[in-house]
Amino acid sequence: MNDFHVAQTSGVLPVLLPLAERMTRAALRERAMGSPTLRLDSSHGVALVVAFLCGCGITQAQSQAADPSIFTTLWKWTPLLARGFVFNLAISFMAMAIGTIAGLFLGFAQISLLPPVKKGAFFATHFFRNAPWLVLLFYCMFLLPFQVTVLGVTIPIPDWTKATLGLALPVMANVSEIVRGAIQSIPTTQWEAATSLAFNRRQTLWMIIFPQCIKRMLPPWMNLYAILTMATVLASIVGVNEMMTLTQRALSAESRPGLLLAFYSYVLLWFFLYCYPIARWTVRLEARYAVNQ
Amino acid sequence: MPEANSEPIVALRDVHQSFGDVEVLKGVSFGVAKGGVVCIIGPSGSGKSTLLRCINGLVPIKSGSIRVADFEVHNLRTDQEKIALRKEVSMVFQQYNLFPHKTALENVMMAPIYVLKEDPKEVRERAIALLTKVGLAAKQDTYPGELSGGQQQRVAIARSLAMRPEVMLFDEVTAALDPETVKEVLNTIRELAREGMTCILVTHEMRFARELADEVLFTDGGTIVESGRPAELFDHPRKDRTRAFLSQIL
Amino acid sequence: MQLVWDWFRWLNESTGINLTIFYDQFDRSRFASGFLMTVKLSVICIVSSVVIGVVGAWIQGSRLRVARTIVHWYIQAFRNTPPLVQLYFFYFGLGSLLKAAGGGPLITNVTWAIVSLSFFAGAFNVEIFRSGIEAVPRTTLEAAESLGFSRAQAYLRIVLPLAFRISLPALNNNLVNLVKTTTLAYAIAVPEMLYVSSQIWSDELNVPVMMNVLLICYFVLVGILVYLMHRWERAIRVPGFGI
Repeated sequence: MNDFHVAQTSGVLPVLLPLAERMTRAALRERAMGSPTLRLDSSHGVALVVAFLCGCGITQAQSQAADPSIFTTLWKWTPLLARGFVFNLAISFMAMAIGTIAGLFLGFAQISLLPPVKKGAFFATHFFRNAPWLVLLFYCMFLLPFQVTVLGVTIPIPDWTKATLGLALPVMANVSEIVRGAIQSIPTTQWEAATSLAFNRRQTLWMIIFPQCIKRMLPPWMNLYAILTMATVLASIVGVNEMMTLTQRALSAESRPGLLLAFYSYVLLWFFLYCYPIARWTVRLEARYAVNQ
Repeated sequence: MPEANSEPIVALRDVHQSFGDVEVLKGVSFGVAKGGVVCIIGPSGSGKSTLLRCINGLVPIKSGSIRVADFEVHNLRTDQEKIALRKEVSMVFQQYNLFPHKTALENVMMAPIYVLKEDPKEVRERAIALLTKVGLAAKQDTYPGELSGGQQQRVAIARSLAMRPEVMLFDEVTAALDPETVKEVLNTIRELAREGMTCILVTHEMRFARELADEVLFTDGGTIVESGRPAELFDHPRKDRTRAFLSQIL
Repeated sequence: MQLVWDWFRWLNESTGINLTIFYDQFDRSRFASGFLMTVKLSVICIVSSVVIGVVGAWIQGSRLRVARTIVHWYIQAFRNTPPLVQLYFFYFGLGSLLKAAGGGPLITNVTWAIVSLSFFAGAFNVEIFRSGIEAVPRTTLEAAESLGFSRAQAYLRIVLPLAFRISLPALNNNLVNLVKTTTLAYAIAVPEMLYVSSQIWSDELNVPVMMNVLLICYFVLVGILVYLMHRWERAIRVPGFGI
């Protein structure tokens, strides 16, 4: 039934530690979220830097005397990689924005009182949740037209837009589940109190239930964004010129051996620096919410 | 004290209610006169809370009739009709159920503004007066999470009063409180009753029931086993089940 | 059987819905092999990731600090990086290193995909199993030992079954995710369902139809897994505990 609503039943068996209950609750929460919580901390950053330095070391060891140093090479390619990274971030913003708005609609539709709306929303949510992200990406790349004519104006739809929409689909499905789970986790006593005060359903949802949901939705939503940011590299498979593609091009342009580790750990460092604050903030919000419960 | 005219403001006749296959209420009938105070006592699982929830339409009944003021509760179908009923009947819950994201004052003000569509300034004045009445004028701008259980319960009572109901239902409102705070809540209810509010209370507080109730109903297994004035029921219970129950708790 | 295929041929001629994977012998066998490859990848990766998880959880309980640290960093590396990058690292990075060392042809791209995905899911599994074991109190183990069980027996018969039941929801999440992640093998030309479908639609030019078929197939595959998962969780649950 409710993915979030474990607390109703008996609680912890005296035989099992509270850790067991927390694990089950976390698992069900992650099921609703669609992917596990990203837990990054500074040690990961340190490890990445170490890996990067090792990579540089390997490159230096394998390079000829005439080759420029690894740092020079990286510095040469950095502007291009930076453009690619900004592109990844732009895709992630847009996909998140579109997916969140659509997901909000779908999530509310899932708790509608009209059976066809509720069933349709349920089906749509689970359909897009079950599909692999890459397949949805392909779907949008191939099936969206390359231009659309609206009111006599022809608007071209470039590849990166299709990729953005393709990534927005699983975001929509996951946000829908997050919304539904959050609404269902608000105790029924709140609904009872509001109903007894003669609020109608719309008033109850908008003024009492949903404001309380927002705090609960924030950690999984932010986690989803961190996961989405890392998933934007999938766009390289469908031919979008984002950071991954550019890295591969750079590697093949520099025909020196042994650049792989240095370059990839460089790229990963960038992603880490971006996702780290988000992941930390998510964990902190999650802990704060758990305490207040 | 109940008014002289004998037409009860709340009248239940042979109410049956079930959850799935389990029959919870098996033919409950009683009436409450306007201004009267009725206390319902009984062991847990006897259907007391369900009974209250049937009276304000939160739970539908299978058969029988419930009349509250001019409303035939069992015949209410649309949400509009139910909302109209709930403007006359207010309920206070065991777990207070305040809205945690609003201050005490906002909790009290919300329903009159959005449901009764009254003028916000007037509602604010009335809300402050109500909070003063329950002794919490200083806590207007605190959030429920910062209030004690007894304070939250009093805010809940003020919130229900803000709707100016004809009947107030209290569902074991002191059961979740520790003994010191029980008193402050009971004082508030006592004052309400003295002012002539029709109250139906489900409670375990026997002394309170004895002092304040016009009639006490003892329910067990979904029916009213015995009813009568508190002095009679508590001192001279007629049925064995009543006697057994009272000896367990008194 | 031929009647069924002929019906699809008729479908194509009358409505234009070109499902060559049914009526064309070659495409049919291609798609079937792709589907089977996806299933094969999923099953092998599930099994090996569980094994990796068990081994890793066991190492994490060891007294050697070095062993514990290695497993810790393995988990962190594979948990927090995009699986695509891991795949490239294995195939292009380690793959080319091995080729240079002369071990090339034995390790196909399918094998690399299995290795990469197993380690990816295995990282999560180690955490899951470790937490499951830790959730069983020490006192249970003590009680078992005072009843005469040896340490190994106590673990095998009491602690691990309990830990497994506790871990199951998280494990199931991970396994469903793994099945969905097998599509990434496309990037290294593994002939799984997505790759084969892309070949078919570039040959037969029936992209919309094939994409829909693909979506439906994944929906059904994952749906079956999720359903089995729920059934299993319900069957195995500890009465009085949580869910």
